[in-house]
Amino acid sequence: MSALNPDQQVAEQLAQGGIGVGRDAQYDPETIDGTIVDDPSIRAPLVLGGRDFHSVTETICSWNEDRTPKWWLPAFGASATVAGIGTLMILYLIITGVGVWGLNNPVSWGWAIVNFVWWVGIGHAGTLISAILCIFKQKWRTSINRFAEAMTIFAVICAGTFPGIHVGRVWFAWFLFPVPNYNAIWPNFRSPLLWDVFAVGTYFTVSLLFWYMGMIPDLATLRDRAMKRLDARAALGPIEIAIGKIAAFGYGVMAMGWRFSFRGWQNYEKAYILLAGIATPLVLSVHSVVSFDFAVSILPGWHTTIFPPYFVAGAIFSGFAMVLTLLLPARALYPGMKDFVTARTIENMCKIITVTGSMVGFAYTMEFFIAWYSASPYEQQAFIIRAFGPYWWAYFTMFFCNVISPQVFWFKWARTTPWFIFVITIFVNIGMWFERFVIVSTLSADFLPSSWGYYAPTIVDILTFVGSLGIFMTLFLLFMRFLPMLAISEVKNVLPQADPHVDPDAPHATEGH
Amino acid sequence: MAASKKPTNESGEAIWGMMGEFKSPYHITKAAEMFRDAGYKKWDVYTPIPIHGMDEAMGLKTSKIGPIVGIMAIVGVVSALALQGWTSAVDYRMVVAGKPYFAWEQFTPVTFELGVLFSAFGAIFGMLALNKLPMWYHPLMKKDRFLRVSDDRFVIAVEATDAKFNAEQLRAFFEKAGGSNIEMVEE
Repeated sequence: MSALNPDQQVAEQLAQGGIGVGRDAQYDPETIDGTIVDDPSIRAPLVLGGRDFHSVTETICSWNEDRTPKWWLPAFGASATVAGIGTLMILYLIITGVGVWGLNNPVSWGWAIVNFVWWVGIGHAGTLISAILCIFKQKWRTSINRFAEAMTIFAVICAGTFPGIHVGRVWFAWFLFPVPNYNAIWPNFRSPLLWDVFAVGTYFTVSLLFWYMGMIPDLATLRDRAMKRLDARAALGPIEIAIGKIAAFGYGVMAMGWRFSFRGWQNYEKAYILLAGIATPLVLSVHSVVSFDFAVSILPGWHTTIFPPYFVAGAIFSGFAMVLTLLLPARALYPGMKDFVTARTIENMCKIITVTGSMVGFAYTMEFFIAWYSASPYEQQAFIIRAFGPYWWAYFTMFFCNVISPQVFWFKWARTTPWFIFVITIFVNIGMWFERFVIVSTLSADFLPSSWGYYAPTIVDILTFVGSLGIFMTLFLLFMRFLPMLAISEVKNVLPQADPHVDPDAPHATEGH
Repeated sequence: MAASKKPTNESGEAIWGMMGEFKSPYHITKAAEMFRDAGYKKWDVYTPIPIHGMDEAMGLKTSKIGPIVGIMAIVGVVSALALQGWTSAVDYRMVVAGKPYFAWEQFTPVTFELGVLFSAFGAIFGMLALNKLPMWYHPLMKKDRFLRVSDDRFVIAVEATDAKFNAEQLRAFFEKAGGSNIEMVEE
């Protein structure tokens, strides 16, 4: 065998007790857990703790199979309560009408559209991580892709709620789809609002299928383990047997009889890479189409060609922030998760946040420049009102949270200190919400100064938004409890032991266990 | 049953095939090459991960997913254009914002989205169909040892319907290829 490939080098370093060996590896201020290596010729290990296939399975499955963690039930109860409040607000809206919201005549799109765009944006990280990073062969994605995809699905569910209830007469929401109806008319395919239906619908469906397909082998692992546990029936109590049967049946149905055959894997891998390939332009298209809702209209401050790329950058920005917001507490709470989600992974995500945050900052500045350069007084006025008008506080919050706060990640301390990253991701989430708010509130000062006014939400607006956060968290907690949180087979695939060219019995053995 | 050519074991149960375990991705790749060269046809490798280079080691042809996805993409694009063109320019013509009836520029987003949607259906449902999933019963699943494949075991199984299937010879071949825990699998 000629020169060692970089993965083998890592394997050898692991075998020699070099970087990142041992549980909760020795904390080192320079390399944190051994994965922050500045020398690009050293490939940082992707999985720590000297793990083999079996210990990967054990750890990840234990999060589903062990007793429910103590914090889970209170967290679930709180989220479900908030979700319930949100649902009641939606019910109140449906039986009363959109007048319960703070909408007024020039501002006919209020918090509902802000929330919609914000949630869809958050939903971009999952497919970006699973598709685009897959195509670029970024192996560090394997430990976070399942997590991020789940977040995507739930964020898009929350997003989809808002246009649905915003149409006013919800029972006519099916008019959005090209279904023959008694008026014999069709939806207007020349309108961006209809493109949105198709873009978000496709995005949700493809993300869901991608997520599910990635989970099939891991569900099969959980199924096989549930069946094995049932074999030792004599030692189990009746409740344990009942739970075991439900688990074996439930995971069994979802795994659809997957049995890890290579003829199956071959089709699976091909389908996976093709899905990644088609999901890549899809990710970029969804928020572009969402931005068309604004950009295609002929309104100052909205009618601009920078919107599609700027929305996409903002979507990736907020999506990564939300992934970290959920990931950092989970990483601290679940035993062994730090071995998979290494400091390096977190650092990489922080870097992406800084890059996309700077792109968003560039777009904010460029918008201002173009408004001035266009020599259109309406365009200029829209931007001056945005930044210095009655909503200056929203603009300032947006600018501070999105452009200034992520710049701290230039410092190594900032991007390797979990609690600090968590604080910054909250800033980013808030900032991105305000970005959408700033765009929508441009409506409050339209062409006719006599109709200028101040738009303020009502308590129903606010509780509906908070309720959507509750729905999101409820779904996410259920996911953490019942589905494999990390992609088991993909994580195994990046272990040094997965390399078919290395003979584990050979003298220069690269045994990881 | 008399007409069936399926082999049976001592207690008269029909045999589905034979399985054996291998130590590592390295060993199972080497063993797969031996099975391929020995001319077995109805056999498969069962591993917790898709092992790199195994398709070559098994002598498999390229997956048929590619053409399926390609055809579905075309179906999606064509049906999207047909839907939009027919509803906007044929069935109920209506001037909206002075745009042409068949405004292909305006139809691009939906055409793209449906192309992607149909390709994704092709990829996942094509994968399931080619793998004959869902499959609610398989003889291998009754084997305790086989259930560890989803964790960390590497298994090769040869079906009894293979033309070259012969229990004794096959057992010897498994041993030669480095297999252990070689077992008969009943239907």
